[in-house]
Order: sequence, then C-alpha cells, then structure tokens
Amino acid sequence: MSIKYTPDHEWVQIEADGVVTVGITVHAQDALGDVVFVDLPEVGKSFAAKDVAGVVESVKAAADVYMPVSGEITEVNEELRNDPALANSDPLKAGWFFKVKLANPAELDGLMDATAYDELVKNS
Amino acid sequence: MMPSEFLPMSAAELLKTPLHALHLELGAKMVPFGGYDMPVQYPLGLMGEHKHTRAAAGLFDVSHMGQVRLVGADAAAALETLVPVDIVDLGVFKQRYALFTNDEGGILDDLMVCRRPDDLFVVVNAGCKVQDIAHLQAKIGGRCEVIPMPEQALLALQGPEAVTVLSRLNPAVAQLTFMTGGFFELDGIPTFLTRSGYTGEDGYEISVHQDQAEALARKLLAHAEVKPIGLGARDSLRLEAGLCLYGHDIDTTTTPVEASLTWAIQKVRRAGGARAGGYPGAAVIDQQLAEGATRKRVGLLSSERMPVREGAKLVDASGAEVGVVTSGTVGPTVGKPVALAYVAKEHAALGTELFALVRDKRTPMTVSATPFTPNRYYRG
Repeated sequence: MSIKYTPDHEWVQIEADGVVTVGITVHAQDALGDVVFVDLPEVGKSFAAKDVAGVVESVKAAADVYMPVSGEITEVNEELRNDPALANSDPLKAGWFFKVKLANPAELDGLMDATAYDELVKNS
Repeated sequence: MMPSEFLPMSAAELLKTPLHALHLELGAKMVPFGGYDMPVQYPLGLMGEHKHTRAAAGLFDVSHMGQVRLVGADAAAALETLVPVDIVDLGVFKQRYALFTNDEGGILDDLMVCRRPDDLFVVVNAGCKVQDIAHLQAKIGGRCEVIPMPEQALLALQGPEAVTVLSRLNPAVAQLTFMTGGFFELDGIPTFLTRSGYTGEDGYEISVHQDQAEALARKLLAHAEVKPIGLGARDSLRLEAGLCLYGHDIDTTTTPVEASLTWAIQKVRRAGGARAGGYPGAAVIDQQLAEGATRKRVGLLSSERMPVREGAKLVDASGAEVGVVTSGTVGPTVGKPVALAYVAKEHAALGTELFALVRDKRTPMTVSATPFTPNRYYRG
C-alpha cells in the first residue's frame, strides 16, 4: 500500500486490485483554502492520464483535478460531493475524490514518491 | 481599462503599507493587489475570517487605498463637475458615495467623500489612485487644492462588535451613525474616522498617521472580539453585501444607470434639478435615467452548489446569451453561490430564471435582490 504524488498536487494510493484512490494533497487544499464545491467524474468513464477529470473550488478560486494515470473511474466519493470541506479537514482519507482502475500500471512508475513531492512543495 | 492591480509585478516593485510587518508577524499569506503586497488571508482562512466579521469584528488594512484632501471654499462645487453626486449640500461630517464619470457616462472610479470643517476627505481605490489624483489636479486643481495624503494609513474595523470595541478606546464613537464621521482620539492616537465600510456590517474606517497605524492596529487586535481579516474575505463580504468592486462590476464601459447605482445620483443633479448635469457624461446618464438602460447590473442567487464566477456567460431557457457575470463565489454566510452580473433589461426583473454556463454546463441562477445578506448599518 504505497502512496505516490503528481506535480499537480494529487496523491495516488495504490490499492491491491489494480485500483488506485486519488485525492488532493495537504499542500493543495492549503493553497486553495476552504473548499466549497467539487465536480467529480462519472463512474464508468475512462480518461487518459493528465485529462481533466474533475474540479475543486474554494471561495476564492477554481482548480482542475487531473487524472494522474489512465483508466476507468470505478467509484467517486459521494460524501465529498455533499461535504466538500472534507477536502480540507481530512484530505488524505475521508476527503478522497475518486478511484481509478488502472489501464496501464506502468504509469505509476512515472509518479513521485513522498520525498520527491516534499522537495517539490518546498521549492514551490 | 484594467486597473493596475491586475498587472503582474515582481515582489521588489510592490509597495508596502505601514502594517506590512504586522501582517507577516500574524502569519498572513501575501499577494500583490493594487500595486501593494497585501494580506489575502491569515491562518484562520477566508471562510473563518468572513464568518468572524459577520459575528464579531474584523480588522482590515486598507491603507493601499488613496486618501486625498480637497481644500478651498470652492472645493465642493468643483468636485461636482466630476461626479453626478450632490456634494455642495453635504453637511459637515456627512459622508457620501460618489462616482467619477467619463464623457461617455462610464465610471472612472468609485469613491467616498466626507465633508470636514476645513476640507473634503476623499477615499479612492488603490488601483485607480494615481489616475484619480491626476484627474482631480487636471480638472479642478485650479479651483481647489488637491492634497494626496500618502502619510495616512487606513484601517477598517467591521462587524457587529466593532462599536463595542472602538467605544472602549473612545466612547464618543458610538454616537456616530452610518455615513457620518469625525476626529477622535483612540486611546490617545489621533484619527479621523467614519462609520462606514465595505462589508454590509456596522463598522468604521479609520484614517491614522502611518507612524501610529501599527500601534492602533495592535490596540484593536488586543480585544478578544477582533481578528485580522484579509482581502479574500473582504471580497466575499462585499459581494454578499451587493457592493461593486471597481474593475469588475463597474468600469469605464458601465454607466451608473447600467450599474444600478442611480441611488447615488441625487435629484438635484438630475435633469430638472437645481444643479442638474455639469459632470462628464451627464447627457448619456440623464437620457438613461429617463429611458432606462439596455442592460442592468443585478444580483444572482443559485439553489445549487456550483460557484459561478466572473466571466461566466448567462443564457435564457432558449440558450440565447443575455448577460455575463462580473463577480461570483459561494457566499460563506448565504451558503449558496451568489453573483453580480449584467443582463439585458428584459431579463433583469427579480425572480427571472437564467442559466450560467460553467465549464459548458448550465447551472440555474435566479435574479435576486441585493444585498444577499441583510445590511446591518447603524442608522441611529
């Protein structure tokens, strides 16, 4: 069960069955401020890596949520839709966005580990 | 014309207000605004700061705004040649909202004017202050002295507890009513303050010498009711209050009539009034006052969750484009998306159902009365 990161400030938790869970990082939610709205993708829809899969909006700004990897959306976080503030209060657990069935597991190798991501945030 | 506040600037070029070091000490996130390095939010965050201001009292640094004195017996009559507003009849220590217009009836800036015994005290927007001062000097500099006051800081204390807190520093400030002002010492610090603001709440705007601004801010922040509030919450508070932001909701392409600011044009300055016209664009504005404008600024409220922001197009049920959003967010107090927009006059009636286009999706919006949250001004 390892976690990877994207330069777009998303985390990708690798589950056992070829599925990953995706959310936004602590840094991302901090930069956005109080999240008031999320637009989540349709379950069953497939996207390529780097496609826009959703939107997260705070009082002051809107930001796209990108697909970290290619694949099909298997589940979205309905609780987050109803309570977008979960993205602030618990971004790494209860505030997850969606789950993706990997089309190409090798794409995971292109993502950052925690050390590399922390370095990115530190230098941003 | 876009205000200079939106031009990118390197940190080195940014100006600092007298409270800059205090903002950093308080943990503010700083952003460029109006040419200044300004706090957009403090650790409490935009939502918390917004709600705190509506519940207690928020302290805002608005020292980036321009403060100007107009001095001379002819100052009020001279200023009336630039604004469609009754300045001549303004009583001593009474304050009024005004608009600089251009020859097409567009709005160059919006401003506050307070008559004091020896001058008119004018506050203009940060992003417009250089051009406003040049405009005043060029147009009426021969009739009165135009004296910029860069040595003055400006603090706003806003919210239902503002009067409670400020009264501890000087009980006399409680006697002021909305849109009046006076000279008051606050715990020994000389200030000129008005009971006004940009949040829809009761509160004060306090002009204080830069050398004493930080000391005054610290005195105010020492009270449990007061928290520092950034520009982020200032924007969401003013939007819920239905107040225009220059460069967004009003600019040189919008007239006061289109902007639904006709309440700011007193009868005496309208056609048939004793001092009708005589300001730039008067013919256009008088004609629009008589016949109405083809578009109008309105409030929009959504029953859904998706925020509708500046630039979103508005369509009617048939899909025909009927307007555009000029400011919008989710109102932290309202709890729903709120927006200000210009719509064609046929679609401006309260209750009209429109749709905003956001990322190619339609979201319903209803033309609604502003303010979105009740004003709580103290009128005595």
